[in-house]
Amino acid sequence: MSEYEVVIGLETHIQVKTASKVFCRCRADSWGAPPNTNICPICCGLPGVLPSLNGEVVVKAVRLATALQAHVSVLSYFARKNYFYPDLPKGYQISQYDEPLARGGRFELPLPDQAVRHIDIQKLHIEEDAGKTRVVGGRRWIDMNRCGVPLIEMVTGPDLRSADEAAQYLIRLRQLLRWLDISEANMERAQLRCDANVSIRPRGSSILNAKTEIKNVNSIEAVRAAIETEFARQIREVESGARVMAWTLEWDEEAGVLRKMREKETEGDYRYFREPDLLPIRLEEGWEGRILADFPELPLARRDRLVEQYHLPAYDAEILTEERSLSEYFEAAVRAYPGEAKRVSNWIMNEVLRLLRERGLTAAELKFPPAHLAETLQMIDQGTITLATGKALLQKSLETGRAPRELVAEEGLAQIRGSDELQALCLQVIRAHPDQAQQYRAGKTALLQWFVGQVMRASQGKANPQETARQLQDLLGPER
Amino acid sequence: MSTDPDPCDLTAHEVLSRLHQGSLTAVQVVQSALERIRRVEGRRPTAAAYSPTPEELAEDRRWVHAYLHLQGESALERAAEIDRALERGEDPGPLAGMPLAVKDIFCVEGTPSTAGSRMLEQFISPYTATSVARLERAGAIVLGKVNLDEYTFGSSNESSAFLPPVGNPWDPRRVPGGSSGASAASVAAGEAIASLGTDTSGSIRQPAAFCGVVGLKPTYGRVSRFGLIAFASSLDCVGPVTRDVSDAAVMLGAMAGPDEHDATAAQVPVEDYRDFLDRGVRGLRIGLSPDYFRLRFPDPGSGRIQEQEIGGEIAATVRHAAQLLAQEGAEIVEPVGMPSTRYGVPTYFAISRVEAASNLHRYDGVKYGHRTSQPVEDLREMYRKSRGEAFGVQVKLRILMGMYVSAAQYEKHYYQQALRVRTLIRRDFEQAFSPQGKFRLDALLAPTTPTTAFQLGAVYGDSVLMQYADLLTVPANHAGVPALSIPAGLDATGLPIGVQLMASDFREGLLFQVGRTYERATQDEAWRRAKPSLLEDLSAHP
Repeated sequence: MSEYEVVIGLETHIQVKTASKVFCRCRADSWGAPPNTNICPICCGLPGVLPSLNGEVVVKAVRLATALQAHVSVLSYFARKNYFYPDLPKGYQISQYDEPLARGGRFELPLPDQAVRHIDIQKLHIEEDAGKTRVVGGRRWIDMNRCGVPLIEMVTGPDLRSADEAAQYLIRLRQLLRWLDISEANMERAQLRCDANVSIRPRGSSILNAKTEIKNVNSIEAVRAAIETEFARQIREVESGARVMAWTLEWDEEAGVLRKMREKETEGDYRYFREPDLLPIRLEEGWEGRILADFPELPLARRDRLVEQYHLPAYDAEILTEERSLSEYFEAAVRAYPGEAKRVSNWIMNEVLRLLRERGLTAAELKFPPAHLAETLQMIDQGTITLATGKALLQKSLETGRAPRELVAEEGLAQIRGSDELQALCLQVIRAHPDQAQQYRAGKTALLQWFVGQVMRASQGKANPQETARQLQDLLGPER
Repeated sequence: MSTDPDPCDLTAHEVLSRLHQGSLTAVQVVQSALERIRRVEGRRPTAAAYSPTPEELAEDRRWVHAYLHLQGESALERAAEIDRALERGEDPGPLAGMPLAVKDIFCVEGTPSTAGSRMLEQFISPYTATSVARLERAGAIVLGKVNLDEYTFGSSNESSAFLPPVGNPWDPRRVPGGSSGASAASVAAGEAIASLGTDTSGSIRQPAAFCGVVGLKPTYGRVSRFGLIAFASSLDCVGPVTRDVSDAAVMLGAMAGPDEHDATAAQVPVEDYRDFLDRGVRGLRIGLSPDYFRLRFPDPGSGRIQEQEIGGEIAATVRHAAQLLAQEGAEIVEPVGMPSTRYGVPTYFAISRVEAASNLHRYDGVKYGHRTSQPVEDLREMYRKSRGEAFGVQVKLRILMGMYVSAAQYEKHYYQQALRVRTLIRRDFEQAFSPQGKFRLDALLAPTTPTTAFQLGAVYGDSVLMQYADLLTVPANHAGVPALSIPAGLDATGLPIGVQLMASDFREGLLFQVGRTYERATQDEAWRRAKPSLLEDLSAHP
């Protein structure tokens, strides 16, 4: 264990999932659109334009602040952050400064050893995004599609203690953002961006030393790698007798290194003042009733409740609450199924999740409602169908849109057991494979399972495996 | 009268009634204005270097030079549409057939919208300001864009990048005032029947006074600012420049009201201002303040407060107006102390420059406007050269001051302090107008300007002195209250004098009420028959 500990604070910018940008009617999300096709005079900063606030952005920001137990200000103000950059059309960014929307929140971060670290959320505010710049062939190319996209900025205290924790924070934050439908939070699509403030100190100390700021990390893995790299660098500096300087560093993903950013690119005085073109954000009397109506149970609370209420292992609860509609699917299925919740959980974690991943769907989008899952499980329990049939039924039902019970009736998928039909099938299979039959009789009893498999195949999974095995044993016999 | 007035010299309401009677067509009105423009404009201002020979200078100083962009063709087309609508029995709107000059601080789709600056010389706007669109819907016909002080920074129209500068039709060697100088001059010269201007510290009222026309600064937020190239966002007001009070009332009614594109546009309902025009002033309380009869300002050198009386003809004109209104039944209340008036200009310096510097950040040569064609090493050099080449001196001064005053280490002392002082200025008005206060005024009567129109070149260059000319007008901008300047006479040299009426928030109707009463009471006064010298010359040499 190093004699140094790393102290990390994260500043995240979250692209809010609204239909329109924050100050105009252009679409908020235009990923993949050709450059400069999702713009209007307002977000391009043309002469004479004025911003108009999209109230839905405030609603989502307030809901996020509430989830973080932050203090939401009934009155907050927009402010101008003035600086020059080509992808900032007005030459100032409309943000919040002296009176942000919310302060003093808390992010609960579960750690691997079941402990929970509380990360301070110092503030949360609304601002507009800038455009994108690309340098190609020595020239700067500006795409303003992203100008004016609504962002929520969240700043933590210096409360994270390892690169892993920082990565965990981002994973949990992404989960929460998707849970509350605030953002898709996909880092690769710049819907969740992160700057990391990193400093070190002797383990056990509580002072805060000079920190560096790391920018341009575009994935959770990159955050982890960049922080680890910086931690190591700062240790080297300090051990060689130098001091850590408060630099701004850029992460180069391809090279896997950090580079000092040119000072010119990092402005000093932003000359903040209150935005005169916008009214203050005022939450009218009774806002909690309106904005927080149908506020959902949060992911960690639901996870813990699933363990408590359904006696599930923590592992299951974690997977089932990874995504909100999946947890809702689970509970709906459990309500419709008289058996054990664990059984439902197993099926969801395996069969259902596989289907979702194959098709890139969420549980809410799956056209196989929880009631159908419950129905399928019950048919297996009652012996109406085999396990194999049951698993195949999910797919069939999805493809045809027919309910499981209907399919079983229509296609004759009921289990084959204790009948002449089964015996006939077994005989058919034995006759088709004389060599294996001979080997079995000669003592290679392991082939029984193989024969069972053949019968299952011949019966399209309808043959009851246990009965099939018994039949085969009878028919094959040790010496005949 | 020996001859009928030219249509371009009528008021909008006179045009409207003739249109409805069928004795005049909109096309005739526009043709009349275009003809007047041909005769009094002189050469079109350009952004080319202006170094006239003495002969050229003397020639330039005979004409108005108001228009930067003229769109005669489309104006005639629009007029023809209005005539056809009238023939079909449709209502073409309360401003039908009114030729309108739009201060080139407004974005109007398809027109160069330059703000009087080289920076936007080539900028053709893809959209139209809300206020202009509403006027057009009411039947007004945009004739073109008229000159202004660059980005509205100035009180004489001399600081435009487009020269020769605007001449005052009453004496084209004198300034028309500013920044809406060409707006006032074009209306006074018959080159338009009305103009749309802006007022941030007096920029509608002062030129209106200098040019003998009516100018209104509405309550802040009464008219949408969407499409107005911003100077000082918390002070800018859009307003009408017209021949008489009735026209101002109709024009305001056509463009006032909430706008989804402007969060600061007030949600207050718009009255029918015409209802106020004939109410008279019986029982109204109209105040006079000693703080508007003197100029108080800190000496730029010593910082000590200097004082200068506003005497002579201007003060006498205001007193005469008070007498007339008293005869009409108003109660004149004085003295009404407005002690924070003296802070108006320094407060304005701090607040407006901070906002202006920020509002001008967007002119960086990146996406529209002027970009330097000089070779540049890096981004900063591109910004510096582009902005350095395209901004005039007055603009640079404002930006520098705004940057200084809002710098982190100074902003508490200057900007924050100025915001506080502004509330004191506002309080003067609240106390004057409060129904529970000592004065219980309906309106405050004051001079609009301390002088009449000065000579071109006389004051320009002394930007402090130029700005103190705004001392009487800027308090209304700080307080947000509406203020109306109306012509009230001529000085001994024949130059127009304006008087100003101020009222509490959203009481523009009351301003029109008093203004119209004054118009009626003075309609036979000799000065009303005087014409700008430029127009006198025209009649003499048709």
